[in-house]
Amino acid sequence: MNPGELLNVVFNGVLAGMILLTAGFLLTSRDFLQAAALFIAFGLLMALAWVRLAAPDIALAEAAIGTGITGVLLIDTVRHLRPTPLPPTEGPCRRRRWPVLALALPGLAAAALALGLLVAVFHLAPPDSTRAEEALAAMDYLAHPVTAVLLVFRGMDTLLELGVLVLALLGMLTVRGTRSLAAVGMVPPDDPVLQGVVRVLVPLAVLVAGYFLWLGTFSAGGAFQSGVILGAAGVLLWLSGHRGLDHANAWTWLSLVLAGFVVFLAVAAGTMVFSDWALEFPPSMRSALIQVMEVSAAVSIGATLTALFIGLHRRPEPSSRGTPS
Amino acid sequence: MSPVDAISGLLALIGAGFFLAGTLGLLRFRTTFLRIHAVTKADNLGLGFIALALALQAGSIWVAGKLLLIWLLALLAGANSGYLIGRRVLRHENKEDRG
Repeated sequence: MNPGELLNVVFNGVLAGMILLTAGFLLTSRDFLQAAALFIAFGLLMALAWVRLAAPDIALAEAAIGTGITGVLLIDTVRHLRPTPLPPTEGPCRRRRWPVLALALPGLAAAALALGLLVAVFHLAPPDSTRAEEALAAMDYLAHPVTAVLLVFRGMDTLLELGVLVLALLGMLTVRGTRSLAAVGMVPPDDPVLQGVVRVLVPLAVLVAGYFLWLGTFSAGGAFQSGVILGAAGVLLWLSGHRGLDHANAWTWLSLVLAGFVVFLAVAAGTMVFSDWALEFPPSMRSALIQVMEVSAAVSIGATLTALFIGLHRRPEPSSRGTPS
Repeated sequence: MSPVDAISGLLALIGAGFFLAGTLGLLRFRTTFLRIHAVTKADNLGLGFIALALALQAGSIWVAGKLLLIWLLALLAGANSGYLIGRRVLRHENKEDRG
């Protein structure tokens, strides 16, 4: 084993150990805020692991969706929970027979599953690149096999993913008992530094979102990563009390949220007229259709994620409006 | 090992040193202000040295430029989150947390 390989093995081992360690701390933490922070660290380590496994698309999605947006939602939820610390355990607990068994059985099952997975990983067939090449051959515009597969072969999955996001927003609105998607306005805090950084970061985020969309045509990137960055920009705007969000009324929000799903459905219906299957694009229109779908999907994902975050908050009373903490 | 490799290895080591010191400060310092002080040094200088080390290995001016942009963005984010945490401590938390 040469020094380079040895370094690789050491790095992978340290990374895997840190993932397990973080997961252990995360599951046994008694403080919700600490657990949320550990979850973010866990997600970043997982993203690094995906990079090591040569899957930059999944790494980006993990970092942006699994860590960024989920982390923000988790921390926000913890902030709104009533602080009820778990009572400290007093002395050794008396253990009954059956709970031990009830704990041991799922534990054994999980261990068996993990062992099976490990065996399966070591017996994996060499990666079959024929599908990716097939996808590439089928595309004359998109040079990146992941985007090609997502939209050409698995268009239905992407459509349903956009549908899931709309469903999540509907669920949130149902639970909140509100029908309006209009942003809950916040008074801008009297803080020039915060306002200044938002003025720099939000246009930059829009630029990066566009860059990811463009990257998606030939490399790791695409609508989901781009949409998450737009969503993060929206959350930042709201948290900083920027007035821009107040101008968007309920109809604006509704059209932004539904645009991706509606465009996808329209394209699916349209392609059924021109070809045998829904979402089977005629070659001449393929790149144009995919671009329209990607852009509208990114905008919708961004709007939905922002709405999911903002919608969790009550509209503050005019008298009690204060600076966000 | 070429001289460029040696220089970028040295820069990466310096950067790692800053990260190590910053993490140590984050874990060991007593007040929030001291902890911010420690960790922003790690982010700014540590990341700067590591980005410089990687830029020497990049082999293309565009990749090096991207690394520079990443560092500038981290500088902006680090300075502002340090400021926001400090403001929060000043306004809300107990006196013991002030440096």
